[in-house]
Amino acid sequence: MLEIKNLHVAIEDGSKKILNGLTLTVHRGEVAAIMGPNGSGKSTLSYVIAGKPGYEILDGEILLEGENILEMEPDQRSAAGVFLAFQYPLEIPGVATMTFLKAAMNAHLRAAGSDEIKTPDFMKRVRKAADDLGISQDMLKRGLNVGFSGGEKKRMEILQMALLEPRICILDETDSGLDIDALKVVSEGVNKLRSADRSFLVITHYQRLLNYIVPDTVHVMSKGRVVKSGGKELALELEANGYADYVSDAA
Amino acid sequence: MTIITPIRTQAEAAYISQFPAFEAGLTTRDPAGLKLRRAAFERFVALGLPHRRIEPYHYTDVRALLREVAGPAVHAKHTVALPEMAVLPSALSALEAFKIVLVNGVLDRARSDLGRLPEGVKVHEEAEPAVDGGLADDPMIALNTAFMTGRVVITIEAGIKLDTPLHLQSMIGGAAVAVYPRVTLEVGKGAAVTLVESHFGPDGVAYQNNSLVEIVAGDDAKIDLVRVNAHGKAAADFSTLAVTLGASNVFNAHSFVTGGALSRHQVFLRLEGEHSVVTLSGAMLLNARQHADTTLVVDHAVPNCQSREHFAHVLDGEATGVFQGKIIVRPLAQKTDGKMMSRAVVLTDGATMNNKPELEIFADDVQCGHGATVGALDEDLLFYLQARGLPKTEAEALMLQAFAGEAVAMIAHDGVREALDGAIDAWLKERA
Repeated sequence: MLEIKNLHVAIEDGSKKILNGLTLTVHRGEVAAIMGPNGSGKSTLSYVIAGKPGYEILDGEILLEGENILEMEPDQRSAAGVFLAFQYPLEIPGVATMTFLKAAMNAHLRAAGSDEIKTPDFMKRVRKAADDLGISQDMLKRGLNVGFSGGEKKRMEILQMALLEPRICILDETDSGLDIDALKVVSEGVNKLRSADRSFLVITHYQRLLNYIVPDTVHVMSKGRVVKSGGKELALELEANGYADYVSDAA
Repeated sequence: MTIITPIRTQAEAAYISQFPAFEAGLTTRDPAGLKLRRAAFERFVALGLPHRRIEPYHYTDVRALLREVAGPAVHAKHTVALPEMAVLPSALSALEAFKIVLVNGVLDRARSDLGRLPEGVKVHEEAEPAVDGGLADDPMIALNTAFMTGRVVITIEAGIKLDTPLHLQSMIGGAAVAVYPRVTLEVGKGAAVTLVESHFGPDGVAYQNNSLVEIVAGDDAKIDLVRVNAHGKAAADFSTLAVTLGASNVFNAHSFVTGGALSRHQVFLRLEGEHSVVTLSGAMLLNARQHADTTLVVDHAVPNCQSREHFAHVLDGEATGVFQGKIIVRPLAQKTDGKMMSRAVVLTDGATMNNKPELEIFADDVQCGHGATVGALDEDLLFYLQARGLPKTEAEALMLQAFAGEAVAMIAHDGVREALDGAIDAWLKERA
């Protein structure tokens, strides 16, 4: 499914190397959690997979279903099935949420060589997905993420995930800024999307999120590489003992 | 004493050499009007074309930018087949409106809807200017006064409220010509009107438009004015809007620019009655080597008025945008509430934006502010949209539509606003 091999990445101006030979495989249908202290390169990994500009790939490859995606534009990666749920979803004033959702869905359909979605079908799908996540019609009418609370923004990310039906979902600290109720709603939304064909990379600082989105595997990142992999019990161990052991191992 | 003989540019020399024959060819002999024309011409001779050392034209050096000037259209023997010479922008063609059509600056009764104008709306022509434009020191206005070819006077009687807009279509064409339309809009007490002016002509013909619109509003009038510059790509467009408001007016004016190689739109607005609310907005979508200047002077002479300005420039290629906005608050004009914003998106390294907001405040109990931003499209926002599958050009188009749409959203009339949203969309599609 998703294979990351010996990935070395620096910030484009060459000032700082962030990923140092990261290797990671996420199998089809697997939910993999990535944990690690601040500055270990977790968010960079999510951006590099999604294709954010500003990073220089020094070595390595990222294969999605055997195809190297590093040469693709972000929109091509999205069409290929990569979805990044942002830690801080952006506000885009003047772009109505519905307009944006339709543009995104149609871009995916066009990339797949299909016809664009008919407006009544689109409305029906969005309403259903929005209801499941407790997103009001009023929110859909507003500018994208404009004036939304932290929890509303995260729910909007999951709504997009549900509509775009990706193969690999990357959740970048989706739990940050969420109270416990919002965390439950978002986690339920994610769990509904779990399937044998869809993989998840769940990036988080804390074990808490993993009580709701229970992972199959847990990987610890430190200094730009995976230093330890295990089952879900590894998350509990980290919660109890902290990252100190692994950080010093990597040094 | 030294006598300075100014060195004339080719364009200045052309204007000066054209006037005697033009004046001699005028068919009306109204002495007051002729005197105004002659005085304006002499003023132009004394001033020459404005250049960068004249402060209001610092960023738009007409002397350097305007090389050649065509002859006045009214004396040119152009017979033109209209459909070829000028096509109304498609976004506006479906707009339901009463048409007032000018062809090369002269009212064309046959193409206009003068016979079916609503009750209380009158359109007539005056051969001569009534005033010198009130701004005799502006050489471009002086040229309009000197060379104007019939003044179209639109009168909305007191209390008349129109839902359907009036659509002034100023079409220019044939060979290269210079045209000088002048329009006077008189809006009676309590009347309400939307006037759309669309100015258009063929691409590739180096014609010059120099138009002046004067508006005089009675108390409680509501006026929505939307000017669309859809001129051909080689055209020069000099336009002035001179407005005097009464009390409790609601006045909105929007300037939408996609056309012209060189454009200058200036607004002189004077608030002479209390409790009026003014909104000036504009969206300028420019590419290639287009140069478009918007210059505003909003003069608060009385207390308790509000003015809002919001202008958005999208600059592609090697285009240049100029925004100069001055809000004057006179000593008497307490409780003035004025806010001005100019925002520009620069899409290339070759494009330029010049922003010059100014506040001149002589009263002490006012709320005034201004802001100006110039920048590229936000990379993070673009990435966000691309990460959702939108190809880069589509992501940019969505953001630019939102950016320019914010200014267009200030147009009150639904149909006109939708038409201009369509025009933004068309411009973005052409770009992609």
